[in-house]
Amino acid sequence: MKSRVAYFGVFTALALIFSYVETLIPVHFGVPGMKLGLANLIIVIALYKMRVREAFLLSVLRVLLSGFLFGNYFSIIYSLSGALLSLSAMTLLKRAGGFSVTGVSIAGGVFHNIGQLIAAMVVVETFSAAYYMPALLVAGAATGFLIGAAADGMLKRLKNLWQ
Amino acid sequence: MKNGLKKKDWILIVVILCVAGLAVLVRTFVGAAGANRVIVKREGEIEGIYSLSEDREVEINGGTNLLQIKNGEASMVQADCPDQLCVHQKPVSLNHESIICLPNRVVVEVESGANREFDAVTN
Repeated sequence: MKSRVAYFGVFTALALIFSYVETLIPVHFGVPGMKLGLANLIIVIALYKMRVREAFLLSVLRVLLSGFLFGNYFSIIYSLSGALLSLSAMTLLKRAGGFSVTGVSIAGGVFHNIGQLIAAMVVVETFSAAYYMPALLVAGAATGFLIGAAADGMLKRLKNLWQ
Repeated sequence: MKNGLKKKDWILIVVILCVAGLAVLVRTFVGAAGANRVIVKREGEIEGIYSLSEDREVEINGGTNLLQIKNGEASMVQADCPDQLCVHQKPVSLNHESIICLPNRVVVEVESGANREFDAVTN
């Protein structure tokens, strides 16, 4: 049981590092909120390797820490809304069964973007952000696929990691 | 299915693409051509309306953001927020396109003049 705490610490550190690496990628797609979501890789692995509430705790911690370090008050609201909706969707799909890791991650990517979009619409009190919905849906599916494929590969190689 | 995707995964992907396609259809249907002005809003309230055909620079929110209108396109050229997302966004010129600066709660929307009174009432 002691090692669970240690692993949780390692996962938190990894998620934070991935968030940092993400901020270093100087690519802007021209559509607000579109990014790779590298930290999601750790969250997807945590979803399959930890208890659900641990994965949620990890996700919230990741958002808060990276928000205070690299972002601001608004990027925290933004990320938190996306991260929680994303993880909820992934948890539901994983429980429903029949989806591969990649499929679960695709849903995660899509709902992360939907969550962020909802947060943006609430904060600035406008529906105009919905204009970017199609682009963000497709982008979420694409990045979710990439992250999911990577997570799938890592999970196969991490079989010996506890459990 | 050598890439490990299961049947339900494919259904999920198809559903997502369908929703995105539907959203594009709704967007083109609702957003008819003829966008000719930009509306600048702060915290949901209209701060100013500017014509797209007239090149100019507009200070928004007492100088936190600088909007540039050039060649029928509007783009944010300056913002005092750390993430600079709105500055990196590509210029907008199509109906219902928008630039959003979240930290300053500023929205720049492209509109067609005909819709304007309608929007003013619903807001």
